[in-house]
Amino acid sequence: MMLRRIPPWTYGFWAAALMLGVIGLQSGLGSIGPTLTVALAFGAISVLVGTGQMFVIASGPGNLDLSVPSVLTLAAYVSMTVMDRTGGVISAGIAAALAVGAVAGCLNYAAIRFLRLPPIIATLAWSFIFQSFAFNLGGQATLKPPQALSDFTNWRLGWVQVMPLTIMTLSVVAALALAFTVWGRNLLATGQNERAAHFAGVRVGPVRLVAYVICGMTAAMAGVVLSGFTGGAALNMGNTYLMESIAIVALGGTSVAGGQANAIGIWGAALFFNLMGTMLNIFQADAGLRFVLMGILIVLIVAIVPRPEAR
Amino acid sequence: MLDRVRFRRALPVLLPSVALGVMLIAIFSIQPSAMSYFGFTLLFKMAPPLILAALAQMLIILQGEIDLSNGAFVGLVTCIAAIFLKDDVALAFVILLAVMAAYVALGWLIHFRQLPSIIVSLGASFIWLGTAILFLPAPGGEIPDWLRTATAWKPPLLPLPIWIALIIAIVAHLVLMRSSFGVMLRAAGGNPRAVQKAGWSIAWLRVVVYGAAAVLLVLAGLMLAGLITSGDPNVAPSYTLLGIGAVILGGGAFIGGQVSPVGTVIGALTLSLAGSFLSFLQVPATWQIGAQGVILFLVLAGRVLVDDRRRA
Repeated sequence: MMLRRIPPWTYGFWAAALMLGVIGLQSGLGSIGPTLTVALAFGAISVLVGTGQMFVIASGPGNLDLSVPSVLTLAAYVSMTVMDRTGGVISAGIAAALAVGAVAGCLNYAAIRFLRLPPIIATLAWSFIFQSFAFNLGGQATLKPPQALSDFTNWRLGWVQVMPLTIMTLSVVAALALAFTVWGRNLLATGQNERAAHFAGVRVGPVRLVAYVICGMTAAMAGVVLSGFTGGAALNMGNTYLMESIAIVALGGTSVAGGQANAIGIWGAALFFNLMGTMLNIFQADAGLRFVLMGILIVLIVAIVPRPEAR
Repeated sequence: MLDRVRFRRALPVLLPSVALGVMLIAIFSIQPSAMSYFGFTLLFKMAPPLILAALAQMLIILQGEIDLSNGAFVGLVTCIAAIFLKDDVALAFVILLAVMAAYVALGWLIHFRQLPSIIVSLGASFIWLGTAILFLPAPGGEIPDWLRTATAWKPPLLPLPIWIALIIAIVAHLVLMRSSFGVMLRAAGGNPRAVQKAGWSIAWLRVVVYGAAAVLLVLAGLMLAGLITSGDPNVAPSYTLLGIGAVILGGGAFIGGQVSPVGTVIGALTLSLAGSFLSFLQVPATWQIGAQGVILFLVLAGRVLVDDRRRA
């Protein structure tokens, strides 16, 4: 029963370390550095999206934001367009993206609250609409980021990558917010038992609204960073982040039933996902096998995690 | 005056039916020739697989769970059909049985370990997609002629999709809402503990439900393969979310034990007609998917309005 002594949310980190070891053995110790660099950068973008999703998932059973990929894409298009029109003013582009994300979050919550829809359906319907806007704004073309943005996302001080470091700082802020701010405590209380939280004086609605707004904004920010890092906004750029954001949040130790969240664990799961992709690439596994292994691992990890006693 | 209880029961079916009717009237007023055997066949051509997938999803939602791997499983079935069905029916059958067994096993695992079905089915969707790609890396393969002719069959009186929708709706309604076994299934979703206390095995009921869902998904996949005349791992990812949409449109709820088979069938018809409807209105292609979101909102908003009036 060794497993019971290792906290489940650290499984991602152990698995990631194992992958890194295997990669090192297979292609030489020298390859570990560059591999880790790439995994940290792409992992950071997944973490950004995942952190927003974590707040939403923690806000109660059934809460899930399916509009994440379309918000990411739409925000990327809007910010690239703004940066282009203003002649490369990055702050204007980022502000525009954050505004898109915040509006998206408000719309999602409004549909849940006023149309009394299940969050899955409400965010799904909005995601169709956001997708149409992205399609009309950018179409099939890839919108190029200004040079300064690409430079920033690839910026290094010595061997330290600034972009992943910034997002790590954000993760720490998110963890502290959950543990020590009034909103964070209220969010977890709402997630555990909405009625009890309401009777205890928590204003459940606004607390949840903020979670959706944050989720929209992190997805939007991820859109900007991803465009900068990969050289442009494209129509399908967000697709992989829907399933990935949910999976890394759950594997990172956040309860899908709500009321309990872990912002740091997301990093382990995100690194594990990215490194596993790299490892299977090295072993030249074909795409099908890669999906199968990834699926089996997700199921296995969820199945072996020791579960707390029923409340 | 409508009887209150009757009205409440009819409600889940009423709203999507109204939406369906409005769309059909709009289409016929623009294009009167669509009001024919041929027109209906064309408008609802792609509906039957979606109806079957939506019913499979409904069975899972009935148990208070959710299946995000639904569409990927349908895609896998089209690939298996495209590769094996033409040359060796028995082999295809065995492989289909094996993947159905895997589907049921995952359902059992969810119940046995009390796992979150969102995550497990998310993992399962990767497994189905990956297996499909291993079978068939790029869309293609060959569909036997009998399957193609079967899906293009022109039955008397009504077009094939309408027949299928009718028969499925009636059978599902009888099994789920009228039979004693259906009562048990609904009870198992609404209050599993009570059913267990009454001496039934929840695990066994779950296996039956997942098995039935797997059968429906296989039928959906075979029918889809016949319609698109090939296999494609990525053909049906949208079925997952559209299926959930159809269940909710049809009056279902995620709390378990509360679904409507007839409502789900009509919901699926509504969603699959929405696509043709928007082309008929000449909504530009870039806005069509967004307009589909708007339609989803409009129909569901209707439910809130009616709900309010009922309470007042």
